[in-house]
Amino acid sequence: MRLADVDTSDFATIRQETIRSGFGKGLLAAGRESDRVVALCADLTESTQMHLFRDAFPDRFIQVGVAEQNLVTVAAGLAHAGFIPFTTSYAAFSPGRNWEQIKTTAALNDQPVKIVGAHTGINVGPDGATHQMLEDIALMRVLPNMVVVAPADSIEAEKATRKIAVNDAPSYLRLARDKTPVFTRPDTPFEIGKALHLQRGNDVTIVATGTMTYEALAAARILSERGINADVLHLATIKPLDEDAILASAALTRRVVTVEEAQIAGGLGGAVAEVLSEHLPTIMMRIGIRDRFGESGGPRELLDHFGLTAPHIARSVSAWLEALPSSGDTQRG
Amino acid sequence: MAVSMIAEPRALPRRRDNDELTEIATRIRVRIVDMLEAAGSGHSAGPLGMADILTALYFSILRHDPTDPEWDERDVFFLSNGHTVPVLYAALAESGYFPVDELSSLRRLGSRLQGHPERKALPGLESTSGPLGSGLSQAAGYAYAMRYLTRQPHRFVYTVMGDGEINEGNVWEAAMFASKYRLGQLIAFIDRNNIQIDGTTDEVMPLGDLVAKWQSFGWHVLEIDGNDPGAVVKAAALGRAVSGQPTMILANTVPGKGVDFMEYDHRWHGMPPNADQAEAARRILSRSRGER
Repeated sequence: MRLADVDTSDFATIRQETIRSGFGKGLLAAGRESDRVVALCADLTESTQMHLFRDAFPDRFIQVGVAEQNLVTVAAGLAHAGFIPFTTSYAAFSPGRNWEQIKTTAALNDQPVKIVGAHTGINVGPDGATHQMLEDIALMRVLPNMVVVAPADSIEAEKATRKIAVNDAPSYLRLARDKTPVFTRPDTPFEIGKALHLQRGNDVTIVATGTMTYEALAAARILSERGINADVLHLATIKPLDEDAILASAALTRRVVTVEEAQIAGGLGGAVAEVLSEHLPTIMMRIGIRDRFGESGGPRELLDHFGLTAPHIARSVSAWLEALPSSGDTQRG
Repeated sequence: MAVSMIAEPRALPRRRDNDELTEIATRIRVRIVDMLEAAGSGHSAGPLGMADILTALYFSILRHDPTDPEWDERDVFFLSNGHTVPVLYAALAESGYFPVDELSSLRRLGSRLQGHPERKALPGLESTSGPLGSGLSQAAGYAYAMRYLTRQPHRFVYTVMGDGEINEGNVWEAAMFASKYRLGQLIAFIDRNNIQIDGTTDEVMPLGDLVAKWQSFGWHVLEIDGNDPGAVVKAAALGRAVSGQPTMILANTVPGKGVDFMEYDHRWHGMPPNADQAEAARRILSRSRGER
């Protein structure tokens, strides 16, 4: 796999923008590209960045009020009438509250309803645990027919939005509230179901998704200063999972770390563990939220507290590697 | 050679008169009994009670073409209370969407007639339903598209819900939505049979004054005898005549209608007839046919 060329500037100097703003721009572009694209919101139009679409295409914007069950089921009806409905709310409410409606009227009904979950992860910040959606990856990736995408930055979010507008499938797009580094470039490839190879290394594989990919890449740079060369994969698409990319890297390093701003149970960590344990049993460490809820705090402060910033990730990985038996022991012992 | 852009008028199914509708409804009831007996599981009371509504829809009200289920000028019917699907399967088969013989495959492994309707499994199904409360929203979404997006004022969307079903909050979210957007092409029925699984609707969760409730949500409300196909046809016509406001037809029905030992008995909500009971039901239904 060709290595993707990305911006590796430090957190302090790199340009930052919210992933949700990339969605807003992508939806506007998708709206220009097809008049079948319509947008529905449950009373969170600006914070989900749907206002750009609303202002450009007021005739294709539908305000449904604080009613997330109605949000996705009205969308299912619109999809049946031939439209491509994007629905937005905070992920805590959609898919948090309306999962059954999503299962029955979008996934099983196989309608191309797009569920856009804003404000995932603990970077939601001061609002606290009720509004920090950590279970969405697990909830959505178990649904047959559903595509699950967690872009790493605003540029990728824009691309992902335009791609799911035309994929003819029920799809979940995972966004985040806080500004995050914009490290991919306009010409960085993006394809649903394909991993992005960000760094080559033989010592350990680090697989990351969403907001954690930049942190994982920065952690890999810290590790390389300590002589640990990480193979870094970005999985924007969690379903369908790029199993080939994961298996190829795991075959090389025999050690896999996953990093996500979500519950590791059923999340990216769960997904990667399923693939590896079936095809290439490999020792793993899953970094993310470990069976607990979030709490109030500053976004960056919380990431630090939960060990999800680059220095913490680097420390966790090197400590884990040190504690493992040497590669000779694990492979030949 | 000039190509005409005007679509050829279609030969749509004939709209039946009231006597024919009653005859067809009885035939559909017999098929429901046959299907449930063969399946050995499923719901009896609701489908029997709704047979007149579904007959009126498929044999008089809906503009539809069984030879072209996805005809883009069709009226659309969303069955919201998916557990009553045997009555829909029977109406679709009688209409010619698929062979009547296939009805006996209900609920079997590999059947297109799933225990609850799955849109992609069978021609004529407009949605997947079963979990209650989501049909009105989907119908509203479709009606929204026809009013504001495709601008097809001549098409209508119909849905049927159970009365127990409106315990679900999703229904009332849809009620507000359809009213806000003045979805006059949306015509909904509540199968008001007063029973649900755990008992009468009054015991389980009293519904109160449904006329006043739906009116206060901004709906055009009609109340009819839902076991009179002629009344169903007339109410649908009244609903179509009111623009800018969705119509709710409270259809009072007898659960288990047509099979006297099932009528008004909530134990038949989720139970199929055994062989003896099915035979008795067929005798009663054929007698009612003879009496007319």
